[in-house]
Amino acid sequence: MVAASDASVLNGSGAKTLTGPGAHSGKISARDVNVFYGENQALKSVNVGIPERSVMAFIGPSGCGKSTFLRCINRMNDTIAGCRVTGKITLDNEDIYDSKLDVVQLRARVGMVFQKPNPFPKSIFDNIAYGPRIHGLAQSKTDLEGIVTASLKKAGLWDEVKDRLKEQGTGLSGGQQQRLCIARAIAVGPEVILMDEPCSALDPIATARIEELIDDLRKNFTIVIVTHSMQQAARVSQHTAFFHLGSLVEKGETQQIFMAPTDKRTQDYITGRIG
Amino acid sequence: MTRLLLSALILALGGAAYGLATDRARQLSGGKLSNLHSRLSYYGFFVALWTVLPALLLVIAWSIAEPMVMHSVVQSQLPADILTKSKAEVAMVDSSIGTIADGFQRLTPTELAAALASKTSLVDLLGSKGVALGTEPEAFQIAAAQQLNRWSDLSRYGITTIALGLAALGFVLSMFRLTGKLRARNAVEKIMLAGLVGASTVAILTTAGIVLSMLLETIHFFQKVPPQDFFLSTVWDPRFSAAGSTGTAGGQFGLLPLLWGTTYISLVALVVAVPIGLLAAIYMSEYASKRVRTVVKPMLELLAGIPTIVYGLFALISFGPFLRDAGAAIGVPVSASSVLTAGFVMGIMLIPFVSSLSDDVINAVPQTLRDGSLGLGATRSETIKQVVLPAALPGVIGAVLLAASRAIGETMIVVLAAGIAANITVNPLQPVTTMTVKIVSQLTGDLEFNSPQTLVAFALGLTLFTITLGLNIYALSVVRRFREHYE
Repeated sequence: MVAASDASVLNGSGAKTLTGPGAHSGKISARDVNVFYGENQALKSVNVGIPERSVMAFIGPSGCGKSTFLRCINRMNDTIAGCRVTGKITLDNEDIYDSKLDVVQLRARVGMVFQKPNPFPKSIFDNIAYGPRIHGLAQSKTDLEGIVTASLKKAGLWDEVKDRLKEQGTGLSGGQQQRLCIARAIAVGPEVILMDEPCSALDPIATARIEELIDDLRKNFTIVIVTHSMQQAARVSQHTAFFHLGSLVEKGETQQIFMAPTDKRTQDYITGRIG
Repeated sequence: MTRLLLSALILALGGAAYGLATDRARQLSGGKLSNLHSRLSYYGFFVALWTVLPALLLVIAWSIAEPMVMHSVVQSQLPADILTKSKAEVAMVDSSIGTIADGFQRLTPTELAAALASKTSLVDLLGSKGVALGTEPEAFQIAAAQQLNRWSDLSRYGITTIALGLAALGFVLSMFRLTGKLRARNAVEKIMLAGLVGASTVAILTTAGIVLSMLLETIHFFQKVPPQDFFLSTVWDPRFSAAGSTGTAGGQFGLLPLLWGTTYISLVALVVAVPIGLLAAIYMSEYASKRVRTVVKPMLELLAGIPTIVYGLFALISFGPFLRDAGAAIGVPVSASSVLTAGFVMGIMLIPFVSSLSDDVINAVPQTLRDGSLGLGATRSETIKQVVLPAALPGVIGAVLLAASRAIGETMIVVLAAGIAANITVNPLQPVTTMTVKIVSQLTGDLEFNSPQTLVAFALGLTLFTITLGLNIYALSVVRRFREHYE
């Protein structure tokens, strides 16, 4: 258990650098994280704690590294050739870059919703059942149906699709597709859900529904959302981190970041002077 | 002036017209180019096209029509008793007049007049100029030859004059039309569009022409052999065609053994090519690093560049004997040319078709789908098997169908490796033969073009064409449906 105690020490020391409550009950903790794409450094020494069962928003101008950092949390960056991550990220005090940890298990615990809705070209039912099937979560067909139904209900999609579960998931509207993707992520039973600009491809009404859903989901999940919309960050998140040019500039309670930012750059971004 | 020189001159005039027209248009604009309807170059092209096109079209049209006109000039000079002779004899007289006329061209007018007046031997005289005549020409031949020469001189000078005149006329008229309001761009683009339409029409008409000519010969064949004897008979035994014989001459033209051979070999080829090609495609698109991919993919596609006759040789001198010896070693009789030999080698030829096309469709599956699956904790292989391949399936099927139509139409490999015996057998170690092989063998050698033995090749060709066309259309529609899905 050397690794675990190590992690808790680091987590503790990392917590000191955090402002605001929730830092101490960090579900996820990042310490001195650097990311390189080949020669380019995309992230510089990021330290942050993400509190459990709440929503944390990453904001910042395009290319600031917020999505890159999000993709470090479930190691999706592994799939990009030439991408190198240094530093330490822990989930429940376990190092997620430890070679003993199977990335497949990590991603089952840390789900992800992408910018563009990406339902598989399968039926609605099979889209949701995909995760539970590969992870062997259901013992029987009834089990599986139960998981699918519960996931769709949690994602607020059940009433709209309950009569057409056999239809193609790609046939739904954009907003429905995105909720399908959220349901698909929920079905695996993750602890954390990462959302990479989940509403950027949606119209305002569909966006509002997803935001309501995110607010609902934080009772059961730890949610990290990357967004370009400061209004959205203000509406759905409890904590906010501002990224600029690969550095984490400021982090704290959302209210404090938006009402009384301490850093000049944060202030400029929020008031629209940079970005 | 030769046609080539004349055409070059017309084109040069066009170039000059372009320059003059742009200068004129610049003047018309009064220094402000926006006063013009079109850009300067369009005015240039407008006048250049009017200068070049009518004249050039005339030259081309006359080049096509001239031999016919000259022919009728010669015919009109021939005495009636020659014209009543057989076609072949008239043609011989015709060509002898052409030769004499050619010889006369090499003499100076005074030489010619002297020779005709003194009745010296024209055979000797023209022979000394390098034109060989068989016999001393008769008077009507000399007259016709002189007439022919007069006409071709007339044609040569006439066409030059008229074409240059037309070019000048086109230039002057279009220059007169040149004003700042002239919609030159629209006019030029209309002509260009006509050119494009013409180009695509040529391609379509050629295809239609091929099909039509096949169809006509096939109808001839079916007039001699009833269709049911072709499509439903299981015996292929065309015998030999004896010159001048009519009817089927005892031959049997059953399609079924050839169809079976074609299908069987193609199936074996696909059984070899599809798994290897598909697995290679999966490796290249999903696992290979960029560096490996840039090396491996062109190397695989190199296979597609090998001429099929080389595959055939490989099958004939390496793989076939190898199979036979291997069979003999374990006591199984294997024919050197067999379904297995041809099918296996053809399968190797098809690998790049399957792998390259499949690689393209697998690559076309959006990365977001892979991310979605990986983000749910699926492994790479689960993602490929359950998300990527199902999504790419229609495209992969299209690739396989295209490969199948290649296999069915393939000729050289089967000619060398499959044998010529029209068997219906399920034993892959026995020789069979295909439609393409039989088309080749029915059309090579000394043959009578009206016999069913020869005409059957066209019926086979048309059947083959119908099968591959159907497969291609189906494959393309499958591929298109896939594209619509993701692009």
